[in-house]
Amino acid sequence: MKPDLSVNVAGIKMKNPVGVASGTFGYGVEYAELLDLSQLGFITVKGIRKEPCEGNPTPRIWEVPGGMLNAIGLQGPGTEGFIEDYMPFLRTVDVPVIVNIWGTTLNGYVQTAEDLSDVDGIAALEINVSCPNVKEGGSSFGASPKSVFEVVSAVRKTTKLPLITKLAPNVPDIRVFAKAAEEAGSDALAVSNTLPGMAFDIEERRPVLANKTGGLSGSALHPVAVKLVWDAASAVNIPIIGMGGIFEPADAIEFLVAGASAVAVGTANFIDPSTSLRVIDGIEDYMKRHDMDTVSQIAV
Amino acid sequence: MRLHETPVISNLPLSGGYYMLSLGAPELSTEAKPGQFVHLRIPNIEASSLRRPFSICDAEAGVIKILYKVVGRGTEAMARIAVNETVNVMGPLGNSFPCPVDDKMPLLVAGGYGVAPLYFFAKNSTTKGALFVGGRSEQDILLVEDFTKIGWETYVSTDDGTLGDKGFVTQILDKWQGAHPATKIEIFACGPDPMLAAVDTRAQNWGVEAWLSLDRHMGCGVGACLGCVQKIRRKTNSGTEEYMARVCRDGPIFRANTIVWEE
Ligand SMILES: Cc1cc2nc3c(=O)[nH]c(=O)nc-3n(C[C@H](O)[C@H](O)[C@H](O)COP(=O)(O)OP(=O)(O)OC[C@H]3O[C@@H](n4cnc5c(N)ncnc54)[C@H](O)[C@@H]3O)c2cc1C
Ligand SMILES: Cc1cc2nc3c(=O)[nH]c(=O)nc-3n(C[C@H](O)[C@H](O)[C@H](O)COP(=O)(O)O)c2cc1C
Ligand code: FES
Repeated sequence: MKPDLSVNVAGIKMKNPVGVASGTFGYGVEYAELLDLSQLGFITVKGIRKEPCEGNPTPRIWEVPGGMLNAIGLQGPGTEGFIEDYMPFLRTVDVPVIVNIWGTTLNGYVQTAEDLSDVDGIAALEINVSCPNVKEGGSSFGASPKSVFEVVSAVRKTTKLPLITKLAPNVPDIRVFAKAAEEAGSDALAVSNTLPGMAFDIEERRPVLANKTGGLSGSALHPVAVKLVWDAASAVNIPIIGMGGIFEPADAIEFLVAGASAVAVGTANFIDPSTSLRVIDGIEDYMKRHDMDTVSQIAV
Repeated sequence: MRLHETPVISNLPLSGGYYMLSLGAPELSTEAKPGQFVHLRIPNIEASSLRRPFSICDAEAGVIKILYKVVGRGTEAMARIAVNETVNVMGPLGNSFPCPVDDKMPLLVAGGYGVAPLYFFAKNSTTKGALFVGGRSEQDILLVEDFTKIGWETYVSTDDGTLGDKGFVTQILDKWQGAHPATKIEIFACGPDPMLAAVDTRAQNWGVEAWLSLDRHMGCGVGACLGCVQKIRRKTNSGTEEYMARVCRDGPIFRANTIVWEE
């Protein structure tokens, strides 16, 4: 029998548990020529706030062994620009669209969520409290369980859309943060964002990124993220979307074994844009081999 | 734009750490326009390595050519690619140089491997003009005979004076312009930022059109990651505004007097 790959994560119906991570797939349209977007489980678009944002100066990206550092700085068109320029296309693709949101103040998050709440075609909001690359907002909200609780509660009051809270990896105990998000009304968690990192040009004796520091993503992040998912899953009852260094089907299956309900492919999109499709096939093969009918059976 | 599995036809060393890679890519070779680039997945290095962007130097008869310089880990591995291996190529990517205007003489200004897209351009141009190419040393001056063969004038400069005039490429450009003040010209340039900024200034001073091809570190190559941006000035209904253009998708070629150069 063909296994059933469909999953329902916090009310978001997905054809399969494999989507793409925020900031690594633009607004979907950029990859439309390279793969059939409708085969994806979900698309998470680049982080946006209410106002347009110019982002950081360049260089913004740097390759490191096992991955890359990025300090994009959340460049984006603002909610209005996003809705006008990108939603019409996204509505034509038969895939749940998750919008990653941020703000520099609590009110900034609320206003962003407000603008997106009644927009046709948005399946869920992902609250980014973990971007390491902006001076205000972003990870500063993710740095304490109390502020995670505050941001998620405030957004919760603003919208009926399912909420996913995207947590930072560099915290002493992710379980406390996961619980804070759950208690504040988050419907799911995304684990994890990038890990703060740095690289120097030793000849020039200066950081290679204009922002000086950046976020580490890719293979190097993978085992870190697997442990975070494992820990978070032990603490909450809401579903978790696992991400960090998925390049091969096995990497994704590892997240599902560790307790994730779905996964997102990030950096690998840049290298092999068909990674998510390969991962979907690989999960199906795995389920056949293990006589599993549903994705939830993969969890240990 | 698509992904192509391309067989390696040859990978020949030129002078001074430069190589010419020829790939069998029938679709790409008919689609590609001068100024466009490809994003290569380099075989035989860590699978999680990012792709590397390279200009299309030539595209003809089912083959595309890439002129590259060994500068680091990726290009070192490229130099070891053997005939009959396959290389995964994404492309063609980015915009292209506009067609040269008939009544203007096209001047090409190149720094180092910047000659690559300009050669493809020159080959496809119905109007012939002149190439100005500069580099650190004699071995950084490539393809000059190939431009001569297709009927282009060539002018060379090197930083150390080992070939052509000693100095910057903009100096030989200035010299030419001083000698031909009445000739109507249009400039097409590719090279490092300081060279492009110097060409930009001249285009504005001389009141001529110029097209500059930028080189930025890239992640996705398709406009998704926002890693490769450049601040660009554009006209709006109410004046001008500056925005962060993606060099991989909105570029790599931008018009002179629109690039906001960093200090
Ligand atoms: C549109 C475009 C066209 C190009 N055309 C050519 C060409 O025709 N011939 C040629 O020799 N080179 C070209 N380059 C530059 C070429 O991409 C780099 O030299 C190459 O990526 C270096 O890789 P590496 O691993 O050897 O160097 P490393 O320094 O080890 O690379 C580390 C990282 O930095 C990036 N990087 C390093 N230098 C550059 C650079 N100058 N530009 C962009 N990314 C860089 C690499 O892609 C990689 O991600 C072009 C770049 C762009 C953006
Ligand atoms: C270039 C780039 C941009 C990113 N932008 C965002 C963003 O806007 N919002 C966000 O929550 N995460 C962002 N991320 C983090 C990814 O969504 C993902 O959590 C992280 O990269 C780990 O997955 P990976 O190792 O598969 O890339 C970005 C990552 C990269 C590499
Ligand atoms: S390289 Fe990703 S946007 Fe240009």
